[in-house]
Amino acid sequence: MYDFELVKPSSVADAAAALGDEDAQALSGGQTLIPTMKQRLAMPSKLVSLAGIEEMQGVAVSAVGGIRIGAATTHATVAKEVAGSYPALAALADGIGDPAVRNRGTIGGSLANNDPSACYPCGTLASGATINTNKRAIAADDFFVGLFETALEEGEIITSVDFPTPSAANYQKFDQPASRFALVGVMVAKFDDGVRVAVTGASESGVFRWSEAEAALNGNFSADAVAGLSVSADGLISDMHGSADYRAHLVGVLTMRAVAAC
Amino acid sequence: MPKDSGIGASSKRREDVRFLTGKGKYTDDMNVEGQAHCYILRSDVAHGTLDSVDTSAAADMPGVRGILTGEDFVEVGGLPCGWQVTDRFGEPMQEPKHPVIAHGKVRHVGDPIAVVVADTLAEARDAAEAIDVSITELSAVVDMAAALADGATKVHDDLTNNLCYDWGFVEENKDAVDEAIKGAHHVTTLELVNNRLVANPMEPRVAIGDYDASTNDHTLYTTSQNPHVIRLLMGAFVLGIPEHKLRVVAPDVGGGFGSKIYHYAEEAIVTVASKQFGCPVKWTSSRSEAFMSDAQGRDHVTKIELAMDENGKFLALRTDTMANMGAYLSTFSTCVPTWLHGTLMAGNYTTPLIYCNVKAVFTNTVPVDAYRGAGRPEATFQLERVIDMAAREMGIDPIELRMRNFVQPDQFPYQTPVAVVYDTGNYQGTMAKLLEVVDRDGFAARKAASAANGKLRGFGVASYIEACGIAPSSLVGALGARAGLYESATVRVNATGSISVMTGSHSHGQGHETTFAQVVSDMLGIEENAVEIVHGDTAKIPFGMGTYGSRSLAVGGSAMVKATEKIIKKATKIAAHLMEAAEVDVEFKDGQFSVAGTDKSVAWGEVCLAAYVPHNYPLEEIEPGLEESAFYDPANFTYPAGAYACEVEVDPDTGKVEICSFAAADDFGNVINPMIVEGQVHGGLAQGLGQALLENTVYDENGQLLTGSFMDYAMPRADDLPSFEVDHSSLTPCTHNPLGVKGCGEAGAIGSPPALVNAVIDALADKGVVHIDMPLSPSRVWAAMNQAG
Ligand SMILES: Cc1cc2nc3c(=O)[nH]c(=O)nc-3n(C[C@H](O)[C@H](O)[C@H](O)COP(=O)(O)OP(=O)(O)OC[C@H]3O[C@@H](n4cnc5c(N)ncnc54)[C@H](O)[C@@H]3O)c2cc1C
Repeated sequence: MYDFELVKPSSVADAAAALGDEDAQALSGGQTLIPTMKQRLAMPSKLVSLAGIEEMQGVAVSAVGGIRIGAATTHATVAKEVAGSYPALAALADGIGDPAVRNRGTIGGSLANNDPSACYPCGTLASGATINTNKRAIAADDFFVGLFETALEEGEIITSVDFPTPSAANYQKFDQPASRFALVGVMVAKFDDGVRVAVTGASESGVFRWSEAEAALNGNFSADAVAGLSVSADGLISDMHGSADYRAHLVGVLTMRAVAAC
Repeated sequence: MPKDSGIGASSKRREDVRFLTGKGKYTDDMNVEGQAHCYILRSDVAHGTLDSVDTSAAADMPGVRGILTGEDFVEVGGLPCGWQVTDRFGEPMQEPKHPVIAHGKVRHVGDPIAVVVADTLAEARDAAEAIDVSITELSAVVDMAAALADGATKVHDDLTNNLCYDWGFVEENKDAVDEAIKGAHHVTTLELVNNRLVANPMEPRVAIGDYDASTNDHTLYTTSQNPHVIRLLMGAFVLGIPEHKLRVVAPDVGGGFGSKIYHYAEEAIVTVASKQFGCPVKWTSSRSEAFMSDAQGRDHVTKIELAMDENGKFLALRTDTMANMGAYLSTFSTCVPTWLHGTLMAGNYTTPLIYCNVKAVFTNTVPVDAYRGAGRPEATFQLERVIDMAAREMGIDPIELRMRNFVQPDQFPYQTPVAVVYDTGNYQGTMAKLLEVVDRDGFAARKAASAANGKLRGFGVASYIEACGIAPSSLVGALGARAGLYESATVRVNATGSISVMTGSHSHGQGHETTFAQVVSDMLGIEENAVEIVHGDTAKIPFGMGTYGSRSLAVGGSAMVKATEKIIKKATKIAAHLMEAAEVDVEFKDGQFSVAGTDKSVAWGEVCLAAYVPHNYPLEEIEPGLEESAFYDPANFTYPAGAYACEVEVDPDTGKVEICSFAAADDFGNVINPMIVEGQVHGGLAQGLGQALLENTVYDENGQLLTGSFMDYAMPRADDLPSFEVDHSSLTPCTHNPLGVKGCGEAGAIGSPPALVNAVIDALADKGVVHIDMPLSPSRVWAAMNQAG
């Protein structure tokens, strides 16, 4: 790790100002950023900790059925707080990493990082959530741009995420044996205005919606409806843990399982 | 009734008090006054000429005390290989120089290029970034078959090719084996890979060099399984430091599994740096460094052929193996695929004719050496896999086929066709015990229940034998070992009767401090707590060979027994004198000396005191004091054996394997502490099942290590494993050591991989799958199911 300066602002405005410096970077749970810095692969001159910002913490369930999660809320807190209001999202948060990771890592950090094998991008996209920043509100459909790439601008801070609550949802994660990130993960969420299916871990360009499955499920919400469908292996990740064909196959299997579990 | 102390008791591990309360003293916990830190700049390419290493800018960086490069080590010896293998044609193996720091060429990712010593680790690391290294990359030699092809790029320019040796065993049997295979009723052939593993002990390696200029004494603190071996290898062969000027301390060590046997470059580096720069120098491996600098394990590619008659009687066995040595010869690398592998190919069976060919190959990968089991897992895996496949091909039940070919209990001592003589065993006994533990008859019903849930259930067994208690010195010397493999112990009785035992064995998780104390206290009839075990410091212990090859109790324990017997003999003389009796009339029992048929007796403590306060003492006959040493050189290997069973469920939709149950019936000979033995088996099983299901070391075609962290190298975790059923009650005591013990450290890692793979293949048999190479990851299992169908 190289030397850096650490600031701990208590408001989003102060954090945004601090992030104006060149080479300044936001620090949330540090579960991704700190290991990268230890390996000297990242070298921010200044870390702006978001952990002390009250307005970015916690879960609020609105009366009209939506949930707002502060961006600096840990996976463990989400798992506990939305267990009643959005059990599928709670289960997703509860399946991330190990207790140490869940007690540190945050939803904002996970979304900003947009790891192609991460769980939250999948949950957020399947939910049709809205990502609120210090500058604007971004629809999940517009947020995830590519591998480790998002719509966030330099220094832009995710402050919270708004989740509409589906009538039924399920996240199926198939572990990569070593990291236990998602080798493939599929989230199916059923709303009054339609079904959304998001897939993580599979594509070389990150999380995506499987529109064919969505269409089939809109007509008939049952595992059988997706039984005959398959995603193309083109553009899917192929590595020592699974070929593109295998991942394509898992997308189908996990989608059926998610629907069956809804 | 289970005993509550002494031999046979499950005494709680006394060392756990400090380990579990964070009070263990590991090498990284040590900090020597005035110490500097070193950072090792390592090659990030697998193969290239090292054109220049310019350290001038780095030398001026803040905090830097000095920098070492390959140039600084050209005058000293390379890291030695401890075993010379002679090839099929009577020629010695090709043995390249292993420079402490790369010189002229880099040969694997992780090869050290330069060492920066600075006040802090961060400063050393900063300065390392300022070193200007110029490497001309060469094509990397990664695949073993390609490495052996004509015209392949050479890892070592001064060798003829990449072949370390071409070994044949038993060479005289070759033609007879070929004949037998040609004429056999049935031959089963299997090609398989024994996957390369990274040992990954919980504690990474650490070394601290501390040179005292006023006395010219060197001290090396290091994470080693055998401090005396390191002192000898580094002192005599690398740096030319005489033993009395070099102390090696291996304090608490957090697991080794073989990877901490070897003499590593970093030990020589900190020793040299401390003297050269005038300060103690510490190096602590990061986990990333461990992946590219700890010796790795296994990595064999094998073709095995088993010839049988119409009844399934084994007639002959032929194997053809390529064994990866990596870029250099690590300390014991060369004996693993030969003498620890070929000699075990008879397994538990009476196969009369065996021929193994092993080609050891240099590649641009991290050196490979012994890892828990070392050669014996490779032998067992191929043998137990080919037997299972043969059973399927012949339509014979796999257990029945094994039973038909087992060495019979009345055949011991059994001379195998591969040199070794099994002193004792009962393979039917452990198999019968195994079948008692597992409900094989209920399998059909369980399989049907799994099928109803859409799962495929399979059952697999494996037998194993291993050679432990390493090893008779004259035998291994004849086979090329450059060392003896006896063990030593000094038993020091203190004046008030408490005991310090100095042992050459080293405990790095095995619980010697408990088990060894049980043995000595039992022999003397005193409290376990009155016996202290001292190990791990060449300044305190007699010269000994350390711990590996499940040898500690069988060899080190035997030395301790011999020394304790000498103590009893002398104490009996003293007691006889005190009781004014003839020595032959004195009995020693439960810590009490007495004269048969009289009420005369004298307690252990009184005898000890008399030895150190010899007022009333037979000084004309014996010396005062009560301290004895013994060196024990075993007459033979020991041969633990057993039978393992595994039941799995495979999810046909994803290829994921779940281990439903695993049972182990082992014959370890006599057992000193059943709880510790069970723990050793659990650990071995976890590692073996890790190999079978999860672990794999992957290099790309450029020699880059793709599994360089736990993000891609899958270690077994508690939830990957079932609750194990472990039994060691079917036992045949070893016939040639005083405790009748055989060793239990490696068995679990040896017997479990084939049991698991056999179970998975059983589950998938209906799908036409006959073999899958380890690890049986979901993607591989799924691919196999879909290719076979
Ligand atoms: C052992 C282990 C296992 C894991 N397993 C999983 C898993 O199974 N599934 C999974 O999904 N993830 C997993 N993770 C990742 C984990 O969820 C991390 O918490 C997450 O990726 C990053 O969150 P963080 O709060 O730690 O972010 P940090 O590491 O602090 O930051 C990550 C990046 O996001 C930026 N950032 C952080 N917060 C904000 C913000 N509010 N606005 C803008 N930018 C921001 C930072 O600048 C940085 O670039 C695992 C991590 C570890 C170490």
